[in-house]
Parts: sequence; structure tokens; C-alpha cells
Amino acid sequence: MQIQPILAALKRHKAGTILIALQIALTLAIVCNALFIIKQRVTHLSRATGIDEQNILTVRNQWVGQPPSQQVIGLMATDLAALRQIPGVLDAYSTNSYPLRQGGWSEGLNYKPNQDHSTAHTAIYFSDEHTLNTLGLKLVEGRNFRADEIGHMDVRDKLGPPSIIVTRDLAHKLYPDGSALGKVLYLNDNSTTIVGVVERLEVPWVDNFAAPWAEQTTLVPVRLAMSVGGFYVIRTKPGELDSVEKSVSKTLYALNRMRVIDPKDGVERFSEVRAKAYARDRGMAILMGVVCVVLLAITAAGIVGLTSFWVGQRRKQIGVRRALGATHHDILSYFLTENLLISLAGVIIGALLAIGINIWMVNHFEMARLSLTYVVAGVVVLLLLGQAAVLAPALRASRVPPVEATRSV
Amino acid sequence: MFGYYLELALRSLRRSRGLTALMVLTIGFGVAASMTTYSVFRAVSGDPMPWKSSKLFVPQIDMWGPSGRGSDGEPPNAMDYTDAMKLMRDHRAKLQSAMYEISPSIVPADAGKHPIHVAGHAVYGEFFPMLDVPFKYGSSWNADDDAQRAAVTVISGKLSEKLFGSANSVGRTVNIEGRDYRVVGVLGDWNPQPRFYDVVNNGSGFATDTEDVFVPFLTAVQASIRNDGNTDCNVSQTESGFVGLQHSSCTWIAFMAELDDAATVTTYRQYLDGYAHDQQQAGRFGWAPNNRLRNLPEWLDYLHVVPSDTKVALLVAIGLLVACLVNTAGLLLAKFLRRSGEIGVRRALGAPRLAIYAQFLTEAGIVGLAGGVLGLLLTGMGVASVSWVLPRDIAALARVDLSLLVLTLLVAVMATTLAGLYPTYRAACVQPAWQLKSN
Repeated sequence: MQIQPILAALKRHKAGTILIALQIALTLAIVCNALFIIKQRVTHLSRATGIDEQNILTVRNQWVGQPPSQQVIGLMATDLAALRQIPGVLDAYSTNSYPLRQGGWSEGLNYKPNQDHSTAHTAIYFSDEHTLNTLGLKLVEGRNFRADEIGHMDVRDKLGPPSIIVTRDLAHKLYPDGSALGKVLYLNDNSTTIVGVVERLEVPWVDNFAAPWAEQTTLVPVRLAMSVGGFYVIRTKPGELDSVEKSVSKTLYALNRMRVIDPKDGVERFSEVRAKAYARDRGMAILMGVVCVVLLAITAAGIVGLTSFWVGQRRKQIGVRRALGATHHDILSYFLTENLLISLAGVIIGALLAIGINIWMVNHFEMARLSLTYVVAGVVVLLLLGQAAVLAPALRASRVPPVEATRSV
Repeated sequence: MFGYYLELALRSLRRSRGLTALMVLTIGFGVAASMTTYSVFRAVSGDPMPWKSSKLFVPQIDMWGPSGRGSDGEPPNAMDYTDAMKLMRDHRAKLQSAMYEISPSIVPADAGKHPIHVAGHAVYGEFFPMLDVPFKYGSSWNADDDAQRAAVTVISGKLSEKLFGSANSVGRTVNIEGRDYRVVGVLGDWNPQPRFYDVVNNGSGFATDTEDVFVPFLTAVQASIRNDGNTDCNVSQTESGFVGLQHSSCTWIAFMAELDDAATVTTYRQYLDGYAHDQQQAGRFGWAPNNRLRNLPEWLDYLHVVPSDTKVALLVAIGLLVACLVNTAGLLLAKFLRRSGEIGVRRALGAPRLAIYAQFLTEAGIVGLAGGVLGLLLTGMGVASVSWVLPRDIAALARVDLSLLVLTLLVAVMATTLAGLYPTYRAACVQPAWQLKSN
């Protein structure tokens, strides 16, 4: 296939050529960045929390009349005993927060007391001996909390548990060279010993600020008895989630009326917690997906439209070429090559544009650097799209009979 | 003449239906995508109180010193109890209020009903006139009520309806956390977004639910109604409980002051620095004053209340619109140049260039109008389905109104006409003699 005559022909359609190339460039730039955003969001929202999500219910219980912390200890114990009695419940415990709740407690862990800068940042989950079983956490080293180890505190008391269980990620951050088990650390200037290590457990936040320490979590053997209330986490036997969900509120209100469990979202399945936490990521991914599809469709349609026009305009010339011995195939490949040349120009500009836009977004928004894979993938997609779009008009062109050369308009 | 061009345009558009449909679809989708995201952007970036926001100020005092500052050297976003109370006592602003978020339970008189939890704020009486809060019945409490820690409350119209039915509930009592409060005012329709008076305690700054109950700040502190918002501590509390929180340097109180002109702003700034200086002299602060006094728009900007996702989405949508316009320009070019013969004849019969411009721009405008109408439908669908894509608190704010409708049509027509300029110019350049000869 000779490129020279194609270029010569394109020179006579400068405006159309430039417009198609420009559109391909814009499409590539936007699609690359959109795909990259989708990929980032999907990676983010499919992160595992480390807990048995399918069988977990969370309950937000608020006390009425501000009972003092000492009284709340008893109220919580009664509630938990009743919850564990519900048929289908495997285990339950009370806590301040859980993964994806988007609100919680964080502290710094130190090697020494009175350290200026913390060694590791960690989320704190208030726990007891039922926590590992309820969340379905896998203990990889050490032991669970013992019942006699569990203390109590009010929200503004100083947190200083004698023992803690940490995630493997946190253990590795603290002691990269060996086992963390049995090591003594300082939490709020109180010494504490690592008695167990669990495989994986996410912090309550999914936002960027928590991303560097997303799996650095600490379980403390303390029940947080707040007069405002707190959370219960319940694990059901497989398949019993529905029935347990229905009876939780009833059971708790029957014990004690002076509480509030929001009828809308007081009792939530973990799948709902997950959907809420990642609503923004999911939304952004969908939005970008829609934009990509619309943009690719419009670009393809534009190529079809303009090429059809060109074919219509050049029927006579095509007829002449056919009369001079050009085959169907020659005509077909002429238009395919023409499109390829325009597309190539478009994707080169587009790739530069895509990288430029990304650099600008990195500087202005919390965005990561675009990986070149996306640019390459985008280039391939657009070249194929161009060829596919041009196929129908090109086939029509190849069927122009040689006799066309002899006809005037 | 316009009527004639209109007729010509319609005839021409009918002749190549596929191409016309393609252009209308392109414009429709492009405009709808950008208008839908714009409606969300407009909702979250709007000024919640355009008539007054530049007079409302949020003071920040650096009570933590260098160890508590971020890398940008900014002081904390909220106040501790000591400083907030000092500022309230000195009362150097025209109107001012310290406030903290509460979420007390309300116990219905009817023993058969479950207690309910409501969201609200503990504020000073001046909060209401400062923010021009509308009242349906009654009014706010006064300075004496604040000072005497009176058990009074202002409730939302919604809560009043729920507890007392549609009647005027001023003078009735509400049981908040086990204590009776007298209702002095019932709010009209008021749910500002973003929740600008206490952005720090509202996560993203936006909230789906209304605030239902307001009680005097000092009354709430005395009754130990705990703060339900954020508490940030640079140094752990030494005393426990809510009283310990009041004695600590932990921040949990939002503050807003109304300062009417540049002179009072300067005076207030000097007052803040003087206060911090006094604290430094007294040995409480071991550092030089590092205060801030931002007005409301600056404050919202500083806290990044407009989510960056929304901005990115808007940019992408504008990019989509531009790509659609390039596409339309290409299609119009093809369409117009195909009619070189017709143009040649018209020119030869004496039509000036201007007439060709008018004719083809009319045609582009009609395509734009049709695209705009389609865009309106799609924008309506887009805004309706935005809650499916965006978080509920933000999606709830996006709505279709007259200005959005007009803007959609305007953008569609203007953009298409703009896209049609070059193709029209090319059409007007057609040489009549050449066209006539070649045919």
C-alpha cells in the first residue's frame, strides 16, 4: 500500500483530517485518565477488611438519660448475653468501631515512654475475649485475650491496657526483623505487651489520610462503657443473617426501653456498611465508565459519519481507480490505511495530552501518576475503534463499480 | 429571511437523517453529561449565605503550639473550652457564638413510644440572629437565658410536628436527656448546605438530616450533654469525663463571629493576637501568637468543602463536551461541503457571503436546539439518577431548576453554533464559478 497518494489526498481535506485527529486525541486523553481513575477506585473499594463480612451485623445502640459509665458496664453485659442467646448468633461483642465505619479512635505506639514522634500510627478497637471469634480473625501468633484480662473505661479516661493484640502489618512495622510477640511497647506512656498477632484487620477509615496505615490495627482488652452508647458486632451462623437481623432490635428493647436503635440504620448488615463507606469510589468509577462509553461511541460515530462523507465525495475517483485496475481490496485498504494514519497522529497527540492532564491533576487533586499501561491500552483501543468504525464506509467504497468513472454527477 | 433559512435548514436536515440524528445525539449526551455534573458542583460549591457570608468570621487560636500544628503551620480548626469561654465573655464581635454538636435523646411523654435521638447544637442565643435563622413560631432565647443557664430550647419544625402535631408548640416542654426544656422557638424551613457553622463536625461538610434541637451552650455544659462531634487532643486529658474535657486543651468547640466592616475585622484580629500574647506572658502558651481569622468563604475553601471528586467529575464532563463539539464540527463540515453545488448556485444568483453565513449558522443553531432539548431530557434523567452514583448527602443537593434548564439549552445552542463557525466559513468560501463549471 502506498502512503504517498493517501497523504496527498488528505492534504485536500485538511480541516476534516485535523478534526478527526483532534477528536481521537481528546478521546484518548480523557479515556486514559478515566480508566485510570476507575482502576484506582475499584482497587480501593475491593480491599478486604479481614473479617467474616458475609455473616456480620452491626448494631448502634444509644442510651437514653446518660446512665453513668459504671451502670453502662452492667447494661452492656446484659445486652451481650441476650444477643448471644438469639438463635443463629455465633458470637457478639461490644466496641467503639469496626472496619469501614469511617469513625474511630487512633493512637501512636512508641518504643519508649515520652517519645516525641510515634513509632507507628494505629487504629484502636476496644475488644474482649469474644472479638476474634466474632469478627472471624485468624490468630497467627500468640493467644487471644483472657476473660480476666478485660478492663473497662469511659470515653475520656486514659487508655493504658496491659496487653494488646496487633495485626501482622503493624507487628512488621514495629519489628521488621523478628517476631513482635511478647515485646513491650508504650501506649499513652503506659507500657503494654503484645500477646497476639492477627493476620489482617483494617482500620475504620477508607480515606486517603489513613491509607499509609490501613492495616495497622490494635485490639485492646477494654470495654468502652460510654453513657452515650456504642456498637455491638454480631456474627451469625451462615444463612441466619436475615432472621437474626429481624430479632435484634426486639430483643434489646425487650430488655430495656431506655435506648435508641435507629429504625433506619441502627442495625446494619456489613454489606451495607461496605456500600456506604465506598459509595463515593463506586460512584466515581460508574461515572467515569459512563463517560468512557459515551465518548468512545461518539468518536466511532464521528469517524463513520465523516468517512461516509468522504466516500460519497470520491465516488468518481474510486470509479476511475477501479476502471484502471484497482481491486476491491485495494480500495478497502486505502480507506483503512487512511484512517490508520489519521488515528496515529491523533493517538500521538492524545498520549501527550493524557500525560499532561494527569500531571496537572496530580498537582491539583489527590491523584496518582498515570501508569503508561493505560496510555498503551488506550492507544490500542482507539486504533482498533478507528479501524472498526471505518470498515463499513470502506466496504461501501470498495463496492463502487468501475462504471462510476464514466458517469457525471 | 430567517423563516426561509429555517425552512432550508429543516429540509437539509431531513435529507440526511442519519447524520442529523448523530449530531443531535452527540450534542445531547455531551451537554447532559456536563450539566448533570455541573448541577452537583453548583450544589456543593454554592455560598450558603451569599448576603452575609463575607461578614461571618471563624477565629482560630493556636493553643497547641508548634507540636500540634500540621506541616502547613496552621493552628487547630476548633477551640478548647478555655479559649472559647474567654472569647464569649469578652464579646468583641457584634454577634458571636461558641457551639458544639450534640446528639441527645428525647423521651416522648407517651410511655408507649421509644425514645428518639436527634441531632443538634449547643449554641448561644446570638447564633440565630447572626445566621438569619428563620423562625416559624417564637424566637431565640436571650442573653439572660444564656447567662442563667435557663432550660430553654429551639426545635425544628419537623421535630415540633413529630412531638406536638401541627400546633404552635412554643411554651410546651420537651424532655431532653431526662430534663425538661421549655420550647421558646420553632424553626422554619432551615437546613443550610454545607453545614457551614460547624463544618469541622460534619465530615464532608454536608449532612442529609436536619438539625432538630438547639439548647443554650452553658445549659448544655451544666447538664453534661456530651459533645457528639470530633474531639482532638494534642496532649491526653489528665482528668476524666466531660468536666475533664473542659479543663483540657482538647478542641471540640466551633466558633463564629459577625464583624461588619474592615475596621472591626482589624480590631478583632488585634484583639485575638493580644489575647494570645497575654497567654504567652502568663506562661500558658510557650510560643508567639499564631491566630487566624477567616471569613466564611475563605473558611469553606480552607477546609476543602467542595470534594475534589466533584471537581474532577466536572472537568471530565467538560472534556466530554469539548470532544462532542469537535465531533459535531467535523460532521457539520462534511454536511455543509457536500452542498457546495447548492451554495454555488445561491451565490451565483446573487446571495452575498453574509446570507450563506446566516443560512448555515441557522442550521447549526437548529441542530444545537434539538441537541439541547435531548440534553434537557438526559440531564433530568442524570440528575435523578445521581443519587445512585454519588454519596447521598451530596446527591440530595443536586436539583433541576429553571436556571439549569435555560443554561442547558443555551450551552447546547451556543456551543453548536460555535462548532458550526468554521464549517460555515468554509461553506461561505465556495467559489460559485468553480462549482457551476465542475457540474
